[in-house]
Amino acid sequence: MSKLTPVLSAHWDEKDSFTIEAYTRHGGYAASKKALAMDPDAVIQMVKDSGLRGRGGAGFPTGMKWGFIPQGDNKEHYLVVNADESEPGTCKDTPLLMANPHVLIEGCIIACHAIRAKRAFIYIRGEVTHVVRRVNAAIADAYKAGHLGNGIDVTLHIGAGAYICGEETALLDSLEGFRGQPRLRPPFPAIAGLYARPTVVNNVESIASVPAIIANGAEWYQSFGTEKSKGMTLYSLSGHVNNPGQFEAPLGITLREILELAGGIRTGHTLKFWTPGGSSTPIFTDAHLDTPLDYEGVSAAGSMLGTKALQIFDETTCVVRAVLRWTEFYKHESCGKCTPCREGTWWLVQILRDLENGTGTEADLDKLLDLCDNIMGRSFCALGDGATSPITSSIKYFRDEYIAHLTNGGCPFDPVKSTLFAGALNS
Amino acid sequence: MSTAVLNEDVMRSIIARYPRSRSAIMPLLHYVQAISGYVTNEGIEKISELLEIETAEVSAVATFYTQYKRKPVGEYHIGVCTNTLCAVMGGDAIFAALKDHLGIENDGVTADGKVSLEHIECNAACDYAPVVMANWEFYDNQTVESAKSLVDAARAGNPPAPTRGPNRLVTYKEASAVLAGLDDGLAREGVQAGEPTLLGLKLSKEGK
Amino acid sequence: MTTTQESAVAVEMITVVIDGFEVSVPKGTLVIRAAEKLGIQIPRFCDHPLLDPVGACRQCLVDIEINGRAFPKPQASCTIPVEPNMIVKTQLTSPVADKAQKGVMELLLGNHPLDCPVCDKGGECPLQNQAMSNGHAQTRLDGYKRLFEKPINISSQVLLDRERCVLCARCTRFSDQIASDPFITLNERGALQQVGIYEKDPFKSYFSGNTVQICPVGALTGASYRFRARPFDLVSTPSACEHCASGCDMRTDVRRGKTLRRLAGDDPSVNEEWNCDKGRWAFKYVTATDRLTQPLVRNSAGELVTASWPEALAAAAAGLKGKRAAVLTGGRVTLEDAYGYSKFARVALGTNDIDYRARITSDEEREFLAAFVAGSSTTYRDIDSADHVLLVAFEPEEESPIVFLRLNKNFKKRGLKVTAVATKQSIAMDKLKADFIKVAPLSEPAAVANIALTGKSIILVGERASESAGLFSAVAALAAKTGAKVGYIPRRAGERGALEAGALGTVLPGGRPVSDAAARVDIAAAWGVENIPTQPGRSSSDILAALTRSELDAVVVGGVDAHDLPESSAALAALKKAFVVSLEIAPSSVTAVADVVLPVAAVTEKSGSFLNWEGRARGFDAAVADSLHRSDVRILSMLADALGNPISLASVSAAAREFSQLGKWDGARISFTPVSATSSPAVSGDQAILTSWRRLLDMGTLQRGEDNLAGTRRPTVAVISPKRANQIGISSGQQLRISNSHGSITIPVLVEDIHDDAVWIPRNSFASQALVALEAAHGQVVTVVKA
Repeated sequence: MSKLTPVLSAHWDEKDSFTIEAYTRHGGYAASKKALAMDPDAVIQMVKDSGLRGRGGAGFPTGMKWGFIPQGDNKEHYLVVNADESEPGTCKDTPLLMANPHVLIEGCIIACHAIRAKRAFIYIRGEVTHVVRRVNAAIADAYKAGHLGNGIDVTLHIGAGAYICGEETALLDSLEGFRGQPRLRPPFPAIAGLYARPTVVNNVESIASVPAIIANGAEWYQSFGTEKSKGMTLYSLSGHVNNPGQFEAPLGITLREILELAGGIRTGHTLKFWTPGGSSTPIFTDAHLDTPLDYEGVSAAGSMLGTKALQIFDETTCVVRAVLRWTEFYKHESCGKCTPCREGTWWLVQILRDLENGTGTEADLDKLLDLCDNIMGRSFCALGDGATSPITSSIKYFRDEYIAHLTNGGCPFDPVKSTLFAGALNS
Repeated sequence: MSTAVLNEDVMRSIIARYPRSRSAIMPLLHYVQAISGYVTNEGIEKISELLEIETAEVSAVATFYTQYKRKPVGEYHIGVCTNTLCAVMGGDAIFAALKDHLGIENDGVTADGKVSLEHIECNAACDYAPVVMANWEFYDNQTVESAKSLVDAARAGNPPAPTRGPNRLVTYKEASAVLAGLDDGLAREGVQAGEPTLLGLKLSKEGK
Repeated sequence: MTTTQESAVAVEMITVVIDGFEVSVPKGTLVIRAAEKLGIQIPRFCDHPLLDPVGACRQCLVDIEINGRAFPKPQASCTIPVEPNMIVKTQLTSPVADKAQKGVMELLLGNHPLDCPVCDKGGECPLQNQAMSNGHAQTRLDGYKRLFEKPINISSQVLLDRERCVLCARCTRFSDQIASDPFITLNERGALQQVGIYEKDPFKSYFSGNTVQICPVGALTGASYRFRARPFDLVSTPSACEHCASGCDMRTDVRRGKTLRRLAGDDPSVNEEWNCDKGRWAFKYVTATDRLTQPLVRNSAGELVTASWPEALAAAAAGLKGKRAAVLTGGRVTLEDAYGYSKFARVALGTNDIDYRARITSDEEREFLAAFVAGSSTTYRDIDSADHVLLVAFEPEEESPIVFLRLNKNFKKRGLKVTAVATKQSIAMDKLKADFIKVAPLSEPAAVANIALTGKSIILVGERASESAGLFSAVAALAAKTGAKVGYIPRRAGERGALEAGALGTVLPGGRPVSDAAARVDIAAAWGVENIPTQPGRSSSDILAALTRSELDAVVVGGVDAHDLPESSAALAALKKAFVVSLEIAPSSVTAVADVVLPVAAVTEKSGSFLNWEGRARGFDAAVADSLHRSDVRILSMLADALGNPISLASVSAAAREFSQLGKWDGARISFTPVSATSSPAVSGDQAILTSWRRLLDMGTLQRGEDNLAGTRRPTVAVISPKRANQIGISSGQQLRISNSHGSITIPVLVEDIHDDAVWIPRNSFASQALVALEAAHGQVVTVVKA
């Protein structure tokens, strides 16, 4: 039996999978019809029972989040879908929305019903023109078909290039027309979110998982996954592998299993390090090949499941270069609000550059770690924490490689060897 | 520079999407880029007027987001992903080659105004690395050569279609209109997914 | 320090332990402030008690546990309210908090320039101070620093050195949350984030100076103080603002006899920690080169020539002796000086002919003042608890900016409902989302009559109500009908004090009615004189008319500019005819026609007190210790001696002591006789009814020489309605000509929300001095055409 369990991705291989025709052909919008006939609290209970946890990185139980919305408060409630997929390595929501935007819209309808919201916003990053087209067209078609506009509305909001807007409160500020900087909590979005109204913010994959749960039942969903990490999810495999791509599998699958499916590490090479859930999650090495990729398993091994963005790097990759580049990313994307993240990333980049160039000293490594200690847990939001993860984890596993840059007077690696077209260039 | 005029009716229709007008600031800024190719002072002032907020509040937002440009970019704005994974897999080489090939630096525009270049952060297509974006359309699995021919064709006015996108590459202004939420009728064009997206599904069907 | 006794309200107290010490604080108190109560100073930058918590700088991290459960990481003490069973460990007892704070400090200093030796903030800089107390001695960050072009002017009076900025966002939050002027914002992102303006719109906020004051580094500086002094060279004196009746607590910093800057003081009951830019930056008039330093006496050739004090006093006494003389005091004198004028009129001149109102006045207003305002106490705190505030003939931001800030605070924090009866929409009304009851000039009374108020409402009425007959009567009637409280807000700082001091024809000190025999006996006894004149005095306009008709011969004038008077040319002619003794700080339209000019001290050179619109006193000492100038009261006392009718007020403190001993009148006030309203004049064609008020920043004499301040004035525009603009065929920005038989004003037009019959112009702005050019201000018919 296959280790893979395509549910979200079940019909992506049909040419017209993104159309309302294809979606309805496979039973689309039946789940929302079923849910709308249910008591909203029963829908919330069903999602709670399913064990679905947030797929945006934090893994918070989705049904519980919905249950936080005050009822009978005579205020507007909002659902906001976080489609600002920007965490390095993360590439699941984008193909999902390109191949099947309707599953998200149906999920929105169900979630809105459950939390007594009349309106959902889908906040999609701005750098994906064609995905925007697909989602916009799908919304229009859903209106035409009467799925939307009868008490539940969905509005597409398009970002403009800011990683921080993936942070839910920054996303809300951005959606309200401000600079996308995180808000002070409390109040939490469930109490005062969008326009200071009770708001649920969920990741695309979380909401898209809901129709299948409603259609097949909580027990069905529960039957996949591990004890505390239920259901199936999209694992995104990228980097130095023979066959990168999306793998929808029950939570708890291991990288070794996925790599076997994907034809292994790039032929002739070996695994050096990898991220389990994007660049903000501490890196793993080949010692972690059998770590169950569920929330608990990855956490126990010292990292986070995050967005299940499995970025694979083989032995040709310089870890210092990789970490420097991620750190430059965090510096570029720091929103500027708090000191540790804004100023810290500025100096981390400089120190890492010196280390990569071989102009640093061994003392710089300690300085780097101490700066990370002054950023981690001191910043306003998790972006600062994320910026330290690659640094501290890479020094933990590859301190010698950092030192080698110093003794070598520069980077000992040939960057050409790690490129996809290394063979072509060499020949 | 464009002399095209901001259409107040369109702008008001964008504002009408939201329960509170200020939320429209981002699509309105995209719309200004759709008309002028970048965020002009005229655009900032018009948005300030329509949303009844200060110009400073508009420019505060406009300068926060990377996609809003305060000076003109090319008709085809090329973004090379140089975040770690793409960089390692060839993005760095592609970016260096394009700079050299076009004779411009990061954020530069070719003299003919056709092509501008920017190194970009992760664009959520890591399984297609290395990735190049043109007007925020996907060009997957790029090489130095493919990227060079992309920009050459763009300068000649006949860029190839995106890997995952419509049948033709729209201009920067046209793409900006899409990002402003305006329909260009191209949603049905192009593939529903590339091979990597379908890999797991395919393997599953093969029983693996 | 002036405080009002607050009625005790039961507040839930919470006890927490900080660094091993227990402290009980009201529920909702932030940890950082609970620590202050114990004298534990947690370092901070973004935190400001009057701004919403933001938690941005992360300097104030402390370890917290609640009910035995510790937060996994240090928390920003500026964002967390105390809770029961909370244990806080600051840098003093937690190595983790100490390291976290030192780590943040290192990062803040990393990109901060080492230019303290040339930075204006040096010596009073929170960054400098806290780097010493909570930072490492050495930096480990030796790469390249962030650089910016320096400095940039964000307005003509505020400069920004971006590389010094620590991005605490106090300035931007102040501008947005307190002033509702979000003209400065955070721009860009990440390490490049910076404070800035939109390139074409400078930081033209009336309150911009507060951002300079609360900047915790030297990033924002005021053009007038930049590179002028070191804080340790300055002598600071608590002072009271002389610019309006808001009543701000201030601090005046002087170096070697010269005021170099003024700062907002901290009075939670009044200005909190804010002030307006006029209060902060208009003080050069004191050191203007044309200050009067010597007495002047008009010689036989008709020229004013320098004289000695004895000569001048003798000449003044000779000119006043046996004459029918009156007193005009202007609205800027201190309480003590006003008391001096009040007593001088009654004792030295034997008359009740005194009026402090050097402006458009009415007898209706004078009755209103005597009946309802003298001795009354509507306060800022009343605004804090009001259910509804009605603004009548009062534009708060222009005419009493701290009242505006208080209204705005209540609007923002609790949605205070504000209604304005006015001829024209204003920026403040817009900010306050005020319900705008639009009326034609002179039609205000009818509109006021219909406003629904309650006993918890406040009516704030400005002195301009005297310009619409029946308006004070309508306010009095509305207050009587609804139980709403009335706050009368004059524009000038000295007016309320002058009223209480009795510098008004119908009022004796302490609010005693002249018409009340017992009140007169009170005062006569206290002053040791036979009696107080029984005849109620003339108003300022009647005094001028009497001078014109030779029913009066002489007048003692203190701080009056004829151009503030309704018929200025007639007023000047009247003064020219009379024997005039002028007490002034600088040459003016009155000194030009005076017979004796006696130089007096400016506010920073003397002690005294002002009563603000609430009637709240704020005393101050001389900020400039060694000034040779004397306060008005001392000169009046000398003049009274020369007249042989001593008033025995040899010093400001003597005047203050005597006034306070008199106490307040506890007898009946005069009864108020309502005045009926007149209707607005009918206009047609090119005619419009003029309406105007003063801008905060304008051609006021106390703003002389302040070019940087003047650069942030609101533009001079004439306002007409869209309908009229359509009729005239004019659009915003084009020139409009407003004229009458006296003259004309031609300025750009702004098409805005104003009554169709009206045209508004600034009353005393550059190119638009209504009382000079048109001798009209409100309610008169003018001709309005496209220029």
